[in-house]
Amino acid sequence: MSTENVSGSFQPGGLGAPAATIAGERLLTVDELSVSFNTEDGVVRAVRNVSFDLDRREVLGVVGESGSGKSVSSMAVLGLLPKTATVTGSINFNGRELVGLSYNQMRAVRGNGIAMIFQDPMTSLNPVFTVGWQLAEAYRAHHDVSKKAAFAKSVETLDLVGIPQPDRRARQYPHEYSGGMRQRAMIAMSIINDPDLIIADEPTTALDVTVQAQILETLLRIRDETSAAIIIITHDLGVVAGMVDRVQVMYGGTIVEAGQVNEIYEAPRMPYTVGLIGSIPHVGLVGKRLTPIKGAPPSLMNLPSGCSFSPRCPLAIDVCREVEPDLMDTDRTDHTSRCHRWKELAEIDNPQKLFAHEEIGTIEDALILQLANPDEISVVDDSLVDESLVDDTAADRQSPAAEVDATSAEENPKS
Amino acid sequence: MTTTTTQSSASSAGSQASATPLLQVTDLVKTFPVRKTGIITRTIGQVQAVSGVSFDLAAGETLGLVGESGCGKTTTGRAIMQLHKPSSGSVRFDGKELTKLSARAMRAVRRDLQIVFQDPYASLNPRWQVNDIVMEPLKIHGSASGVRNHQHRVNELLELVGLNPEHRNRYPHEFSGGQRQRIGIARALALEPRMIVLDEPVSALDVSVQAGVVNLLEELQERLSLSYLFIAHDLSVVRHIAGRVAVMYLGKIVEMGPRDEVYEKPSHPYTQALLSAVPVPDPKLERSRERIVLKGDVPSPVNPPSGCRFRTRCWKAQDICATEEPPLIVRESSGSASLSACHFAGARDVM
Repeated sequence: MSTENVSGSFQPGGLGAPAATIAGERLLTVDELSVSFNTEDGVVRAVRNVSFDLDRREVLGVVGESGSGKSVSSMAVLGLLPKTATVTGSINFNGRELVGLSYNQMRAVRGNGIAMIFQDPMTSLNPVFTVGWQLAEAYRAHHDVSKKAAFAKSVETLDLVGIPQPDRRARQYPHEYSGGMRQRAMIAMSIINDPDLIIADEPTTALDVTVQAQILETLLRIRDETSAAIIIITHDLGVVAGMVDRVQVMYGGTIVEAGQVNEIYEAPRMPYTVGLIGSIPHVGLVGKRLTPIKGAPPSLMNLPSGCSFSPRCPLAIDVCREVEPDLMDTDRTDHTSRCHRWKELAEIDNPQKLFAHEEIGTIEDALILQLANPDEISVVDDSLVDESLVDDTAADRQSPAAEVDATSAEENPKS
Repeated sequence: MTTTTTQSSASSAGSQASATPLLQVTDLVKTFPVRKTGIITRTIGQVQAVSGVSFDLAAGETLGLVGESGCGKTTTGRAIMQLHKPSSGSVRFDGKELTKLSARAMRAVRRDLQIVFQDPYASLNPRWQVNDIVMEPLKIHGSASGVRNHQHRVNELLELVGLNPEHRNRYPHEFSGGQRQRIGIARALALEPRMIVLDEPVSALDVSVQAGVVNLLEELQERLSLSYLFIAHDLSVVRHIAGRVAVMYLGKIVEMGPRDEVYEKPSHPYTQALLSAVPVPDPKLERSRERIVLKGDVPSPVNPPSGCRFRTRCWKAQDICATEEPPLIVRESSGSASLSACHFAGARDVM
C-alpha cells in the first residue's frame, strides 16, 4: 500500500490495545454515592449506592439506557448538579474529598483536575466567540498568563487534537466547524488544562461512524499523551468494546455489573447485560429476530421492590422481587454482579435465548395481557430455561405493566 | 433488465425482482439554491443534494440506503415522496410517473406510499391525542364508512404495532421514544400502503428499544408484504433488515448490491472505510480489526470535487479519478457482484 499516506491511515490493532494500567495508583474512589432530587411529585432517586475505583490512565466505560443514572453520577463527580440535588456518600479524587466542597473550591478542581466532554458539540460551544477565544478563556481560568499566551496555547491544543491549520481555525466561530471538528474542539477544551480525569458523556452519539472512529482514536491518543484517565459514558456497547479497560453497566440508578471488558462481553453475569448485548444487530443474527428487552426502564421515583430489573427479567423469582441484591463477586475474577441468580445464569449456554420472543401482540394476546398474572411470566424452575420459554406469549405478557411504567418514567428528569 | 442504458441496467442489477419493479428511480437530481443574503437576494450557487441516483425496489423488498449525514439520503427519500420536488429525473411508482403528478393526484398515490420520519419527538403533533394522529390519514383518504369503522381500524393498528389501544386517548408526551416511533409506524400503516420510506426510524432510540422496533418492522413486512426504503446511517441495523444495500456519498450512490456482497466484499474504498468504522460489540474482534480512518470531512456539496467525488479522501486516488467520473457498474476485476463506482474497485474484507 504505497499510497497510504495520501489520505487514509491504516491501523492494525483497531482503536488501540488496552493500556497497561499502573497498578496501585488510584485516582478516583467513589464510595456509596447516592443522588436524589426532591420534586413536587416525590423523591427521584437518580443514583443509589454507587461505588467504584479508577486508576490513573485507566479507561472506564459506563453503559446504560437513558434514565439509568449514568450521566447524573458523573455530574456528581464534577459537582455540576443543581441545588435541588441531595448528594451523599464520598468521592475521593487524588486524595481529596469532593462531596461537600464549596463552589470556589470545586471550581479549582473542575477543568484542572477533572474535565468534561459534553454530548452535544453543537450546543456546548458559545456561538458568539471564536473557538480559540473560548479555549483561551478555559486556560486563563486556571493559569495566570496573558491573553496572547493563552491563545497560543489554544492553537497548540487544537493542533494536538488533529484540527488542520489550527492557527486559522482558532480564529473561526463554531458554526464554521463541522460536527466532528466541534467535538474535537470540545476535546481540546477539556485537555487544555492537562486534567487527570476526562469524563466523556456520549462523546460520539451525534456523529457519523467515520467521524466517531476519528474521535475515539483522538481520545485514546490524548490518553497516551497526557496520561489522563477517561470515563466514557455511552449507551452503545459497540463503542466501548474496542477502547475501554473496564465496563460498568448501570440500571435503575445503580451499578448492576462491573468487570474487565472481555469478561462483560463473554461471560455476562447479569440478565440485563445479556439483554443489552442481544439487542445489538450483528452478523450472527442476520435473518433472525433481534432479542429486545421487554418493557421499559423503571421510574426512578417509584422503583420496583427488590431488584430493579426484576419486572423485565426472564429469570426473576420471588426473592428477586423482595430483596435487592448486593453487588457480589462472581466465579470470574474481578467481576461483580448485582443478581441473585448469577450462578444459574452462568450455567445457561446461550443466555440470549432468555429474551427471545415470537409474535407481536394480536387481539387475543391483548386480552391475555390484561388478565395475566405477572407472576406466571417468570421461570421458576431452571429446567424451563430453554426453548420452552421462548414460545408464545410468555414474554409478551410482561409488556403492558411495563408500558404503563414507561409513561411515568418519561416525566422524570433525564439523567 | 431489458433496458439498454448503463444507468437503468445498473439500477436493476442485483434485484431478483419480477419484470416491473414497484418503484423505479432514474437519474434523480435535487438541487437547492444558495441565495446571497441582503436586500436583493440572488442565487449564487446550487447545493447538489442528490445528483443522479438510480435504483429499483421490488414489491416486498427492503433496500437499505446508507451514508453519512449530508450525503443526500434523506433528500432522496423525500424526493421520492415528492415532499421535495425533484429538479430532474424520474420516479416511477407502480407504473405512474410521480414527478409529473399534480398535488391532488399525488395525494391519491400517498395512499400506497407512506413515510416514517426520523425523530419521534418532533413528528407527532403534541396537542393531538394518539387516536387523532393515527386516524388522520383515514379521515383524509377514507371512504364514507364513518367514524365507527375508523375507530375500529385505529384500535387494530395500535395493537398491530404492539401498543395498548386503551392508551389511545393519551398524548404523545406520555409515551417513551420507542412507543412514539410505533405510533408513527401505525400512522404510516393506516392506509395499508404498499411501500414505506423509513427515514432513520430507529436512530433516536436506545439500543434495547431499537431492537423491538426493528423486529416490528420485519414482522409487519412479512405479514403485509410491504416494500421498505430503509434510510439509515447505522450500518449494523441496515445489515439486519435490508436485502439489498446502496451506499451514498455526496449525492451519489457509490456502491449497490445484495447485502452479503456489500458487507462481506465491499469493493468501493468508501464502503470499506464506512464498514471498518462500525464498532463491533466484541472486544477481542474489535481490537484485532484493521480500521481505516478517513482523514478530513465530507467536501461541500455546493462545489463537489471533479470526477470521482470521493477522491479527495481516497487512498487509491490517481489522476484519472479527477478527470473521469466512474460509472456505477459491475466491475469484473473487483471480485464482487455488486455495482461499484470506482476505477480501482477491489473487494476487501473489513468486518
